[in-house]
Amino acid sequence: MAVGIIGYGAHIPRRRIKVEEIAKVWGADAPSYKRGLELLQKSVPALDEDTITLSVEAARSALARAGIDPQEIGAVYVGSESHPYAVKPSGATVAEAIGATPDCHCADFEFACKAGSEGMFVSYGLVKAGLIKYGLAIGGDTSQGAPGDALEYSAAAGAAAFIMGADEERIVATVDETYSFMTDTPDFWRREHQFYPSHGGRFTGEPAYFRIVTGAVAGILKKAGMTPSDFQHVIFHQPNGKFPKRIGKRLGFTPEQIETGRVVPLLGNTYSGASPIGLTAVLDVAKPGDRILMCSYGSGAGSDAFVLTVRERILEVQDLAPKTRWLLDENIRFVEYGEYAKLRRKIRLASE
Amino acid sequence: MPPSRSWRSYPQTYRLEAARCKGCGKAYYPPRLICPGCKGREFEHFRMKPSGTIVSHTVIRTPSSEFSGLAPFAVGIVEMDDGPRLTLQLADVGFEEIKTGLPVRLEFRRMYSEGESGVIHYGHKAVLVRK
Amino acid sequence: MRDVAVVGVGMQEWGELWGKSTRDIFVESALLAMDDAGVDQLGAMYVGSMSPGIFAAQEHLESVMADYLGQLPIPATRVESACASGGLAFRLAYVNVASGMHDVVLAGGIEKMTDVSGGEATHALSTAADMKWEGVSGVTFPGLYAMLAVAHMERYGTTREQLAMVSVKNHENGYSNSRAQFRMKITVDQVLDSVKVADPLNILDCSPITDGAAAAVLMPLEMAKKLGKPIIQVIGTGHATDTIALHDRADLTTLRAVTEAAKQAYAMAGKQPADIDLVEVHDCFTIAEIIVSESLGFFEPGKGGPAVEAGETARTGRIPINPSGGLKSKGHPVGATGVAQIVELVEQLRGQAGERQVKDARVGMAQNMGGSGGSSVVHILEVK
Repeated sequence: MAVGIIGYGAHIPRRRIKVEEIAKVWGADAPSYKRGLELLQKSVPALDEDTITLSVEAARSALARAGIDPQEIGAVYVGSESHPYAVKPSGATVAEAIGATPDCHCADFEFACKAGSEGMFVSYGLVKAGLIKYGLAIGGDTSQGAPGDALEYSAAAGAAAFIMGADEERIVATVDETYSFMTDTPDFWRREHQFYPSHGGRFTGEPAYFRIVTGAVAGILKKAGMTPSDFQHVIFHQPNGKFPKRIGKRLGFTPEQIETGRVVPLLGNTYSGASPIGLTAVLDVAKPGDRILMCSYGSGAGSDAFVLTVRERILEVQDLAPKTRWLLDENIRFVEYGEYAKLRRKIRLASE
Repeated sequence: MPPSRSWRSYPQTYRLEAARCKGCGKAYYPPRLICPGCKGREFEHFRMKPSGTIVSHTVIRTPSSEFSGLAPFAVGIVEMDDGPRLTLQLADVGFEEIKTGLPVRLEFRRMYSEGESGVIHYGHKAVLVRK
Repeated sequence: MRDVAVVGVGMQEWGELWGKSTRDIFVESALLAMDDAGVDQLGAMYVGSMSPGIFAAQEHLESVMADYLGQLPIPATRVESACASGGLAFRLAYVNVASGMHDVVLAGGIEKMTDVSGGEATHALSTAADMKWEGVSGVTFPGLYAMLAVAHMERYGTTREQLAMVSVKNHENGYSNSRAQFRMKITVDQVLDSVKVADPLNILDCSPITDGAAAAVLMPLEMAKKLGKPIIQVIGTGHATDTIALHDRADLTTLRAVTEAAKQAYAMAGKQPADIDLVEVHDCFTIAEIIVSESLGFFEPGKGGPAVEAGETARTGRIPINPSGGLKSKGHPVGATGVAQIVELVEQLRGQAGERQVKDARVGMAQNMGGSGGSSVVHILEVK
């Protein structure tokens, strides 16, 4: 039985801030940051946007493409490191808003930047096991970077949603293989009640991101009996513009395979939404028969990898919801640091 | 707002459920028990399409205390494509862009929350249809 | 039904009355009205007040006021219809006397609004809108009237300057009113340059937050004739409602509750708009006065703005509107406003309005409004 993605969608806040605008405030050298991170700008959520609202909008786009009755969704999973509540599931609000309640399993995931792919993995597994008809998985974040920290240049907001199912006529991309790879690697963390995360600086690179992603990709290629040249597109986790390019080159992928799903230069790092949003950008332009490799990465640390094959149905659904390139290129408005600081609650108000 | 008060209207605020009078066909948001038009008492519930048109608008610069952190913000009366009119915040918009007659789409947003520890109230705001 | 007359009115100075409590403010004005009527015992009383629970942390206001006015154990009733609470208290006092239930009835109104912050006051006033379905958007009262203004300007070409002229005219009138909160003359440019509140309305388009009270004593006409004073008879009363949410109204350029209440009052009084010598209207915002002047039948729809510009509504114009200074200059302690309009009419019809006096005033109208027009009360008084 083929199981795969039957609907997908992304949502990104409209506001953007440029690297120069942030660098100006801290007296940092913008050109070197732009070169070093391969990042031009990042998305900024409004005061009325959070992981739940971004997830609902992404889920509605996925539903529009899937064309199913939301009452038939048997599981709703929201993966994020910025759930609005410490206790009270984001997924419950999302499920209620799209009309999936009450006959539904629901849980929130957290695993730094790979919480979204975890939901994809679990809902895929439940559909494959025959326990649910459809499963909705969302990765989304409104991540915070401490003012002046390197993370402030990249920590962005966005979400992507995928509906897994086994309806032959609805599948837009089959999931052909999955593989997860994880170890305890303390490269990035946020303790309870802390507003900003902490990280291990250069330790986040080679022993963390590069080692884990390499392990996951090697594992899934071996499991699937495939090589990099079998794929039209590959999407890596993208904390900045440079990491996915470097890991791709190292693993034997061409820049052409990486480019479509490398959305970070115009978007920033959307954490749990990062590789999932990259996948939506690929699906928006994918052709039937295309093979796609997606590999997430979450600090702490682990990766989930998927091999997908695009089906004919993709051509019927691509135009049924806003495309990710439109969200990245067209629907944007730039803000200055002052407004950004207000929107990201970096200014303490009297009423708080 | 106490959580119970917002919870009982989730069908409307989360899913835009309205009611159409079986007697005269007029749609109401929120649903009613009696149709003011034809006095009918039977209704068909349905989910409105999240699209409409700006009928009138303003920019709130002096808000009430619950919305103090958000000001200035735009508000409009929106006529939904399904008939009912709603008063909604107009989000993500330059105030000079707002015009009567412009099409809008409703997006799920945070409405407000009671401080940093209270429940968060969600609902819909309107954004301009772009492209 | 008996014919009814207003035999006494009272109103103390309005403003930010830091040293006075809610009950002080009410009792002072009520005593002035009772002195004016020459009575020290009431048969019943009605107290218009919108939100003493929020503004003064005091409900059960009718008993508080009956007690402190020295009138226990008379029946007392608090009346609430948002900003039309005072007008409605007056109407119920009228109905009480007309029905034969009591002979001497006081209608009063009170709001002490300045003890709470601006944000809290805005919130309290917002409760007169549809809190559930309008309030969730964060719209305020200035915001609701601003949307009426946008609709009126777009449909009829009413100008921003015409809105400002309402404020300028009312401040001109209120300058001569010793009890007004803001006794200063202003210019159109000052209104246009004042702080924005809810586009297109600025702070000088908005009535203020005010502490104040007003009171009137009513009596059967036959009894009033024995007092040897000018007889001011209540010849018409009307009261109507409309949708609580502004967005549920098909036409945003008119106020149906006002039209309906006026229709009742005109019919009862046997009068036409042309018979009215002066009118006190509910100018909570400048646009309100323009729309109300049309809904009351003084001008064709869309002609209210040009009429202000042409001076037709000035104290010396064809139909003087708000010779008292209106809510804008006099102040707007919400529950008191409707009764204060009656105070002004009585003084004008008695010929006691001093510098504010409208020439040959024989028939006066008062129009009080709740919320964004969810309720309205209209009265017509005539000097006999």
